[in-house]
Amino acid sequence: MSDHFDIAIVGAGPAGGNAALTAAQSGLRVVLLDEQPAAGGQVWRGKSPSILSAPMTPETKAGNDLRHAIDQSQINHMSGTRVWDIRRDGDKWSLQILCDAQSLQITATSVILATGAREYVQPVTGWTTPGVIGLAGATALFKQSLSLPGDKTVVSGTGPLVFFVASEIRRLGGTVAAIVTPNTRADWARALPSMLQHPKLLARGGVWMADLMLAGVPILWGHAVSKVCGDDHVTSVQTQALESDKQGPIFEADSLCLGHGLIPQIEAAQMLGVPIHHDPALGGWVPDVSPDGVTPVKNLYLCGDGCGIRGALAAGLQGTLTGARVARDLGKTAPAPSIRAWQRAAGFGKAMTGLSIVKPKLEALTSDDTILCRCESLKRSDIRAEITTGAKSTNAVKSGRRAGMGPCGGKYCQTVIAALIAKETGKPIGAIPPSTPRPPLRPVPLGQAAGDFHYDDLPIPKPAPL
Amino acid sequence: MIRLVPNQSDQIERSGLVTFSFEGKPVQGHAGEMLVSALLRAGYLNLRHAPMDKAPRGAFCCMGLCQECAVRIQGQTVEACRTEVAENLIVERI
Repeated sequence: MSDHFDIAIVGAGPAGGNAALTAAQSGLRVVLLDEQPAAGGQVWRGKSPSILSAPMTPETKAGNDLRHAIDQSQINHMSGTRVWDIRRDGDKWSLQILCDAQSLQITATSVILATGAREYVQPVTGWTTPGVIGLAGATALFKQSLSLPGDKTVVSGTGPLVFFVASEIRRLGGTVAAIVTPNTRADWARALPSMLQHPKLLARGGVWMADLMLAGVPILWGHAVSKVCGDDHVTSVQTQALESDKQGPIFEADSLCLGHGLIPQIEAAQMLGVPIHHDPALGGWVPDVSPDGVTPVKNLYLCGDGCGIRGALAAGLQGTLTGARVARDLGKTAPAPSIRAWQRAAGFGKAMTGLSIVKPKLEALTSDDTILCRCESLKRSDIRAEITTGAKSTNAVKSGRRAGMGPCGGKYCQTVIAALIAKETGKPIGAIPPSTPRPPLRPVPLGQAAGDFHYDDLPIPKPAPL
Repeated sequence: MIRLVPNQSDQIERSGLVTFSFEGKPVQGHAGEMLVSALLRAGYLNLRHAPMDKAPRGAFCCMGLCQECAVRIQGQTVEACRTEVAENLIVERI
């Protein structure tokens, strides 16, 4: 295998997968790098080998179609592979990857980042208790292993995901103790016009909702989880009405799925110099990028939820647009698809994203004794004290208190810390950018990053004379 | 009772069970599934202690980002959500 490619694509979800297919069709040498065992991204995550057969779902079918197309193509698909650094090397890109516990370097003329999204969870006291998992995290368990987060689960969060997760728990034989959503029926009524364009998705949501009502599962609209109780694992979940601040019911449960929307994963783009701006309607900080993936950085392209949360349908279409654009830029003939279909799909996705814009009353449930930085066990009061003593940026809080230097690399604390700095300093959230990302983009064992070498081969300069 | 979302748990066919160990205790899981789902099913939610306050932590993001499910296998720190179950695997807390 030659290690130079025309295009290296990071992420094999709907966006990266379709970009790879389109680019490969034009005759380019494409490598598709993805950290999961199978292509499909989070939304179309493949089943683990432990599942021999299972009823088909729309997500399985969409994922299988993409995986089949990739298998049939000339794409060099490297699964289970982590990209931990990308650098400019003359007129090409150099990527450091970790594959089968081996560190490798590959080069490419152009890079497409299709890094997708991660979950935002508004911290609440007790959210670090074992048994609390992300709402999107729960879907990973369902899709990959068809397994449940627990025997009796409270499902809480925003947007349509909360109903999907509850419905999947019931489909897989689990019990939903309650659904607790900060959204109100009025929030949903406002999103309805955009949903009417996708009657199939609307109908599917209708079935989930009707089933939950028939089963007598309590649905608490305009409520949020105010505290998670349990020492070694979750034992109960307290709720609160957001508008009235009144305490809601307490549910006994052994697990809680909690999530408040998705955040674009922009670290790699940011590290490579793509300018970013803040757009709450797209999930927060997003890179500057055209609909066909072009960025201000030469030979670097972006597509999918990593440049704004517009959903899987839009991500796939943008992947196709971007793959074709890169092919044309590299001198190949490729169709120039219309951006109309992408715009339509994006409209729907954005309406769903809008349901997850954090409400001030939800934010207020994060109290001073709530842990914000899970890695370093830093409470809100710790971060506030740091801000009060002069740390007015996420970088300053990071260097002062290590919030963002732990193993997760700030992925689960930076958004809430930025919001807290904005609140404490009276600045708009758009004035508090995320901290400067640095390699490694993912944790890498030092021994593996260094690769095989003999100490004798290391060039050691002579010490300077005293 | 009428169910619009049927319980399909009995329509899922899984691979055979294998036995691995967690903290020296035998745990069963289906060959090829992720450690995290086998451990959850066996009731092992507490996978490690946070380094600063020693509080218990368990799988959280389930997608290889948060590192809360980090465990040790053969001296290497790995994510339980990205590591497959295999016969005789020795899994320990870090």
